[in-house]
Amino acid sequence: MVTLEKRPEPSEPWRWLAPLLAVALTLVAGGVMFALLGKDPVAAIRMIFWDPLFNETFAAYARPQLLVKAAPLILIALGLSFGFRANIWNIGAEGQYIMGALAAAGVALALYPLDAWWLFPLMIVAGALGGFLWAMIPAFLRTRFGTNEILVSLMLVYVAEAFQAAMALGPMRNPEGHGFPGSRNLQDYPAAHNAELVAGTGMHWGVVTAFLAVVIGYIALNRHLFGFQVRLTGQAPRAARFAGVDADRLVVICLGISGALAGLAGMFEISGPSGQVSIDFNIGYGFTAIIVAFLGRLHPIGILLAGLLMALSYIGGELAQFGLGVPAAAIKALQGMLLFFLLGVDVFTNYRLRWKPGRAG
Amino acid sequence: MSDAPLLVVDGITRRYPGVVANDHVSFDVGRAEIHALLGENGAGKSTLVKIIYGLVQPDEGRMLLEGTPYAPAEPREARAAGIAMVFQHFSLFEALSVAENIALGMEDPPPMNALATRIREVSAAYGLPLDPMRLVGELSAGERQRVEIIRCLLQEPRLLIMDEPTSVLTPQEVEILFRTLRRLREEGRSILYISHKLEEIRALCDRATILRLGKVVASCDPRACSARELAEMMVGSSFTQPERTQRPFGDVVLEVKDLDLPAGSPFGTSLRNVSFKVRAGEILGIGGVAGNGQEELLAALSGERTTAAGAVRLDKEAIGRLPPNPRRARGLLSAPEERLGHAAAPDMTLTENAMMTGAVRRHLVERGFLRWQAARRFAEEIVQRFDVRTAGVEHVARSLSGGNLQKFVIGREILQAPRALVVNQPTWGVDAAAAAAIRQALIDLAEKGVAVVVISQDLDELLEISDSFAALNAGRLSEPRPTEGLGIDEIGLLMGGVHGAAPASRNGAGQEETV
Repeated sequence: MVTLEKRPEPSEPWRWLAPLLAVALTLVAGGVMFALLGKDPVAAIRMIFWDPLFNETFAAYARPQLLVKAAPLILIALGLSFGFRANIWNIGAEGQYIMGALAAAGVALALYPLDAWWLFPLMIVAGALGGFLWAMIPAFLRTRFGTNEILVSLMLVYVAEAFQAAMALGPMRNPEGHGFPGSRNLQDYPAAHNAELVAGTGMHWGVVTAFLAVVIGYIALNRHLFGFQVRLTGQAPRAARFAGVDADRLVVICLGISGALAGLAGMFEISGPSGQVSIDFNIGYGFTAIIVAFLGRLHPIGILLAGLLMALSYIGGELAQFGLGVPAAAIKALQGMLLFFLLGVDVFTNYRLRWKPGRAG
Repeated sequence: MSDAPLLVVDGITRRYPGVVANDHVSFDVGRAEIHALLGENGAGKSTLVKIIYGLVQPDEGRMLLEGTPYAPAEPREARAAGIAMVFQHFSLFEALSVAENIALGMEDPPPMNALATRIREVSAAYGLPLDPMRLVGELSAGERQRVEIIRCLLQEPRLLIMDEPTSVLTPQEVEILFRTLRRLREEGRSILYISHKLEEIRALCDRATILRLGKVVASCDPRACSARELAEMMVGSSFTQPERTQRPFGDVVLEVKDLDLPAGSPFGTSLRNVSFKVRAGEILGIGGVAGNGQEELLAALSGERTTAAGAVRLDKEAIGRLPPNPRRARGLLSAPEERLGHAAAPDMTLTENAMMTGAVRRHLVERGFLRWQAARRFAEEIVQRFDVRTAGVEHVARSLSGGNLQKFVIGREILQAPRALVVNQPTWGVDAAAAAAIRQALIDLAEKGVAVVVISQDLDELLEISDSFAALNAGRLSEPRPTEGLGIDEIGLLMGGVHGAAPASRNGAGQEETV
């Protein structure tokens, strides 16, 4: 009989080995899945994980896309990771992302056609503030009335989506757009455009911000009192209270940080790759970032890598859809497997297998 | 005693990764014998009785019950063979009645009426008063234990195993329990009695087997040994008992006046009108059975729960509204009862745990940034000064034994040079040598003019170290009295609540919410 036995201390090698093993298991299981779908498993895996980076035909398009897609995921996931560590569950980053984007776009469109250097910084502030304020709603309701922030933040996503549609069809609609829904394209608005910093790399201000956030997040988590309080609250809430952590204050700060970073991600997206407030410019970064946060084990460096990996699977997934006719759902299943195997393998960080010889009663 | 022993344990070995919990343990329990199993925490007592009760299977060795091989694969087989066990932690449903709880543990429960009658018979026969129809949630710890004992007695066991049964009882309840156990012995039943309270074992047991680090190190007649000899056999070396000293007291440092606090949880206890003063250099012992407001009192003093400002005063300053860290800054430190998860974070390293409460007074945080080097040095200082056995301060708290973690937790507060220190159950589940070291450290602290409050359920401990004594009962505190000359009977009465006040109902919590 096989039993799981708790290790006296978490295993250090397994901490590093688990993500690698999870990726390996995902490749194997994903290959089996593609084979069952009648596709060549090696070709499919190669097209998803290899071609976007190294295939001569695709890489020119795919490589910049990698940064463009990874940056918002990393930014949002990093914000979420602090709350998640402290058992504060912001599931509504998608809504905060939308509100950040709308706030930033709103500022830019209201001042159109302003040509001033300070417009872009102002949009950054507006974006962060928009996401922050939207996150303050679940924070206030939880600290004041004890509501569940999971439900409130999630439902506010749908409110934000309705608001976004109203904006795209109403106040923010392009007056020169011949009645089509959607705002002016910020890509054609130089002072507000989040353009590529180096042509052909995908590098824009959002990518820079994401990398910067990873560094600051790492320092905050390991060297600052805030990170310590977050970890303490997550691991031992009673001990945290004894150590003087103000639980309500932590809820507000964690939701505030994740909201502001999601809002920033929205701002960089609307002013750059997306460009236009439409009824559906959001494409689920806020939800995917939850997976990225866990895949990166709530650690800033891990989130950086997980965000890149997840972006890769999106881009490669699209390639495989066009190139091999792999169904879109299979790509989603592959991403799901990754999380599944990671959480599964993770057990061995804290537990080990023990073989027990079968006994006769 | 008849010739053949009831239970023979022969060469039992059980290994866990990195530790041998039982190393070729052999001993036997005679018929109609109360046999003590004695040892420090981690000596292997629990594993051994779990093997006898069929909860754990041995890697090697064998057992004989009345001469026939006995190897229970699960507790049901052990019960069928006539072995019953009362655990240290009760497994009862508070929302069910006594009879319902007992029926749940039976293979084939009789109709409820018949069962209730049986329970009344057994409880009358053994002097364990218990109403089968009462809800367990309303029972005291002592009464809950009776439920467990009667549950066992209904099986007519030949061997009854009791794991630390007196840790939750008042002295009077202990007497009742002992009378019951002696009667069981007269009936020819055997009892395997696990404890590290030496006086109890000397008063009750016929024979003692002493375990140390998983091995049997001695076997003796406890009535013929002194408590000190037993303790030294347990620990394997001699240690010094703490000595209470006469010392002058200074001004009042910590004052609690008319403290009211609603219960923190549905089964907690509200504090009512608690008042006491502790002077510099004084140790105030607060006794009482668990669940009478000890946790609430500690929370009110540590700052985890805030109260009316004037209800808690340190050096005359009203601090009842202050959260924990400002209190620490002023010199009021505390150490809660629950080590893992409250006093310490189990999965954090000792360095991180040193940071947890030491940040304010040991200046471990500079403008919001953590000074890990300083925290590490602080943790190492605690480990060294309080003889904490660990492979290093980078190991997580839960990897330490209970006694070592307790030394760490108490040491962490003492080394912050408090003005006043409040500890709850400072030696709970701690081996004799570590307990002596902790008590000595508390006395040394008082010698330096610190006001010390020791909340404990161990009366011997309070009598040993405290200068004055008060008892907590149903959230009310008796008037503190000098410990000198206080008899155990008197203390028992105080703990039972006979101090003028009308008996307060437990769990009267939420009704009188104070703002």
